[in-house]
Amino acid sequence: MGLENTLFESLPDVLTVRLDAVVNWARKSSLWPATFGLACCAIEMMNTVSSRHDLSRFGAETFRASPRQADVMIVSGRVSRKMAPVLRRIYDQMPEPKWVISMGACATSGGVFDNYAIVQGVDKIVPVDIYVPGCPPRPEMLVHAIMMLQDKIMRESVKDRRDTFEPESRVSVVPGTLPVTEGTALEKETEIEVAQHQVSRPYTIPSRHERRKSS
Amino acid sequence: MANTEALLGLVEKLRGENAAWVSDVREALGEVTVFVPGDSISAVCEYLKHSEGFDLLADICGADLGPEEDPRFEVNYHLFSTIHFNRLRLKVLLSEDAPNVRTVTNVWKTADWHERETFDMFGVVFEGHPDLRRILLPSDFDGHALRKDYPLRGYEPYSMN
Repeated sequence: MGLENTLFESLPDVLTVRLDAVVNWARKSSLWPATFGLACCAIEMMNTVSSRHDLSRFGAETFRASPRQADVMIVSGRVSRKMAPVLRRIYDQMPEPKWVISMGACATSGGVFDNYAIVQGVDKIVPVDIYVPGCPPRPEMLVHAIMMLQDKIMRESVKDRRDTFEPESRVSVVPGTLPVTEGTALEKETEIEVAQHQVSRPYTIPSRHERRKSS
Repeated sequence: MANTEALLGLVEKLRGENAAWVSDVREALGEVTVFVPGDSISAVCEYLKHSEGFDLLADICGADLGPEEDPRFEVNYHLFSTIHFNRLRLKVLLSEDAPNVRTVTNVWKTADWHERETFDMFGVVFEGHPDLRRILLPSDFDGHALRKDYPLRGYEPYSMN
């Protein structure tokens, strides 16, 4: 049954292949996801890895808890504005090659939560490769997404995925990114003072989204 | 129901202790609500916990009645007694210019996070709170989200790209 018995007899000793083919085949066949289950879609992700729809068949053998050891980040669930810098930081900690699957309606576009607290689509934070719709998507849909990602990986070139050192990801210049001293005594007074200086805005200022909808 | 009679009797006892403690009582659907003026809430809660057995603070939540109402904010305290199995609601009405009320964390420790949530969502400041900062929204968030004049979608879309 094994390849040794059937195929390898007829092959020569040395094979010449395209580098892209071999490297991409290796990468797509062992896509290890990083656990980033945020909300309800995480339950469907758990279903996908359990025995009925077994994701290990497709190479996703283990879900690594550490982003340093992961290849693909499956963002499953709604991303709140408070969680967004954390998500970005985990994405930055993954080494290249890395891919992102945005699972579910909330990760793709904010889903049913069109409000002040939820980021309207995780592609505003990280670059996404595959979007999976659904609330939540069936486990078979997530399996299809992994397969689609594998096809996408086969079409890439090795030169695309160089590990670049981005100095911007080290320095917190994005809004709301948490420095390590966040929440300590240094900031306590500032928050109450900020609250006391709040200027209440008048009723009539619509947000940018509302103005767009009414036109 | 027999419960409300016991609770109304309790309210009379409160009035007997100190007439300034109860400014109004409302009863509906088997629930009793006591309106307490803002300065006495801490004393009322201590009395209710230590003498009347309301040992569980089930919830503290705020309500915004709209920018045109005069006491604009309400703070609701939901008390439960595990000894007598009654529930009581205390309401404090606060105006927009001075949304300050004394904290009850010295009475029930759980009030800590509930008061942080009320501060985060409505801007009600709890004096004497050990650590009053935002709990649900990001700490650099501008505004108080559950006020009636805060738009549903917020002011600026969030983007890191």
